[in-house]
Amino acid sequence: MPAQGDSDFRSATISVLVDNESGVLARVIGLFSGRGYNIDSLTVAPVEDGGQRSRINVVTSGTQMVIEQIKAQLDRLVPVHRIADLTQQGPHVAREMALMKVIAAGDRRSEALRLADAFRARVVDATTESFIFEMTGSTDKLDAFVALMRPLGLAEVSRTGVAAMARGTRVI
Amino acid sequence: MSTSLPAADADALQPGAEILLRALKDQGVEVVFGYPGGAVLPIYDAIFKQNAIRHILVRHEQAAVHAAEGYARSTGRVGVVLVTSGPGATNAVTGLVDALMDSIPVVCLTGQVPTHLIGNDAFQEADTTGITRPATKHNYLVKRSEDLARVVHEAFYVARSGRPGPVVIDLPKDILIGPARYSPPSAAPHRSYRPQTEPDGGAIARAVALLKGAKRPVIYVGGGVINAGDAASEALRRLVQLTGYPATSTLMGLGALPASDPRFLGMLGMHGTYEANLAMHGCDVMLAVGARFDDRVTGKLAAFSPQSRKIHIDIDPSSINKNVPVDLPIVADAGRALSALVAGWEADGATPDRTALAAWWRQIDGWRARECLRYTQSRAAGAIIKPQYAIQRLHALTRESGRPTYITTEVGQHQMWAAQFFGFEQPNRWMTSGGLGTMGYGLPAAMGVQVAHPEALVIDIAGEASILMNIQEMSTLAQYRLPVKVFILNNRYMGMVRQWQELLHGGRYSESYSAALPDFVKLAESFHATGLRAESVDQLDATIRAMLAADGPVIADIAVDEKENCFPMIPSGAPHNEMILGPEHEATAAGVADAGLALV
Ligand SMILES: Cc1ncc(C[n+]2csc(CCOP(=O)(O)OP(=O)(O)O)c2C)c(N)n1
Ligand SMILES: [Mg+2]
Repeated sequence: MPAQGDSDFRSATISVLVDNESGVLARVIGLFSGRGYNIDSLTVAPVEDGGQRSRINVVTSGTQMVIEQIKAQLDRLVPVHRIADLTQQGPHVAREMALMKVIAAGDRRSEALRLADAFRARVVDATTESFIFEMTGSTDKLDAFVALMRPLGLAEVSRTGVAAMARGTRVI
Repeated sequence: MSTSLPAADADALQPGAEILLRALKDQGVEVVFGYPGGAVLPIYDAIFKQNAIRHILVRHEQAAVHAAEGYARSTGRVGVVLVTSGPGATNAVTGLVDALMDSIPVVCLTGQVPTHLIGNDAFQEADTTGITRPATKHNYLVKRSEDLARVVHEAFYVARSGRPGPVVIDLPKDILIGPARYSPPSAAPHRSYRPQTEPDGGAIARAVALLKGAKRPVIYVGGGVINAGDAASEALRRLVQLTGYPATSTLMGLGALPASDPRFLGMLGMHGTYEANLAMHGCDVMLAVGARFDDRVTGKLAAFSPQSRKIHIDIDPSSINKNVPVDLPIVADAGRALSALVAGWEADGATPDRTALAAWWRQIDGWRARECLRYTQSRAAGAIIKPQYAIQRLHALTRESGRPTYITTEVGQHQMWAAQFFGFEQPNRWMTSGGLGTMGYGLPAAMGVQVAHPEALVIDIAGEASILMNIQEMSTLAQYRLPVKVFILNNRYMGMVRQWQELLHGGRYSESYSAALPDFVKLAESFHATGLRAESVDQLDATIRAMLAADGPVIADIAVDEKENCFPMIPSGAPHNEMILGPEHEATAAGVADAGLALV
């Protein structure tokens, strides 16, 4: 696969609508690992009444040719209904949620709380020695907050990965 | 197809195994290649009680899959395999990957431990759907009796639709025993898998325009044309006739165009002809049909056909722009797209650029004049047989016999010589393991072909090393009186390995000598077959004639020149115009760069 330095190397957020049958996630993940594609983030959950179909959101990266190949490979999996390359289609919303545990006392504790407020992170658990912050937003915003918390006693992070959809009336 | 039963009967509860057989019958299945075991005994019991479906008992599950591949490729139908759980399923894996790589429609039924034991490391349990997920086009684990019939019908649809491939249905034993209701094949479209078969009209018109304007065109044909059925080969022939354009074929596409057609340049790729590879390198418009630009064909990607605009017809969108960027992709069934191209060309009243085409043919004829496949066979009594000559005589004498002839091969030099020297005039007469390159493919594949065509002449062109990989199938041939002929080009080496060691590894012949070979004549006899041997050129024709005349299976052990190499050769990673020609030709290519050594 072409190297990261290639000029047309890009990130792509791809949504895939699949039949919610056993093994479908393994098929998708196996496709990525078997063919050496990158997975930067992956989410999956049933999205329809009765749980018949699931939506997988995968953030990947590669050259344009590789990303086209990823979409074609996904599309030929039997349980795949539809695919959307949200990055290519245009404006879209991509959000993820993170839980972050900060263990700190004194100044660092109050600084963490102050920053959380500025970033609109919510406190969902607190003890005298710790907080759990919950934050929803773009991957970049979460990355930035995590980086700020690190010197302030960040002890644990749990992130959901990206959920995404196109802006406006367009649907997958 | 469907033998509809009375309504009351259709609704009755039946054991899963009966439902399974009924579904197979409704799918038009006549033959199953299989091997029994504990988990599939209910199916064997159901087979015992009926006569509509014939079971061929192989001697190894890998062979069952190759036999089904041979059956499928020679008939255009889906081949069916039945194996037990655990080792039965794992033994089948090589065959499944082989069918996946070469796009052969196969449905493989695997036994599984009862559902309540799955995950318990039960006796002969294997995670068959996990193991075969990357080895199949799709697979199923049937967990509820009510899904059984539907899954079987869907599996056949998936195996044969779009780009064909192998499908596994994993069947827990309790599902095979438990009662279920039958459901016939549904006419409703599949909920998610609906491959595009009709070409886009605009794209066809653009393709006609590109082809019409070509000055140095070439048509590059792949196995997809064979898969698309006779109509595809016919449309291709018509297109070549209308345009007068030169055409070449991959290993898998041989027979789509008649080898005797003067516009056919022979096979391309690593061991393709000089003229085919140079035409690909120098063309200005390339029409690729049902071919996938794999590394054995393209050589060095960066230098592949640098000046051409490329049209690519393929039913699998993921084959397009995978290795080589193309200018005009057409996602469609090869037959429909070719017919549309022919119709478009005719409606347009298109004519080729005659002056340019004549000049292009002069250049190609110049390349042809190099006679890249030339070799010298001494006719002196006692002279050693050249492998190329053995294939040419086999070809001539089978033609003379006038019988429909099907050729399978193992993997190695003999396979390439068969591709180069056995001229195929029709599609579906040539079965070889192209994508996976599986030694041991040829004998079981021939068995499957012979089951489908009992009257035909079916010959496995083999190497002495490969044939030992599934030699046990001689016993199957004997049991079912399948008169397959095994034609061994015995060079006492894993010749293809030896060739690479000679050319790329300083002549260090590490572990490539075929030591301690059996006496193939006695081996044949011990399997109730006829054994023949030719040791020198004067014995060759008589041996081939005796082989062709024999009623039953034959092994013909043909001693050939141990040192012969297969040329032309484009070393891995080299561009098409850096081909090595044989010793009969003046030196052409420089030595292979070290980087080439890393490539396979
Ligand atoms: C199952 C398998 N193992 C190993 C190889 C690698 N391989 C390719 S050709 C070859 C030698 C084949 O020898 P033989 O059957 O005698 O054919 P020859 O090349 O001599 O004609 C080997 C070992 C393979 N293709 N398949
Ligand atoms: Mg050999």
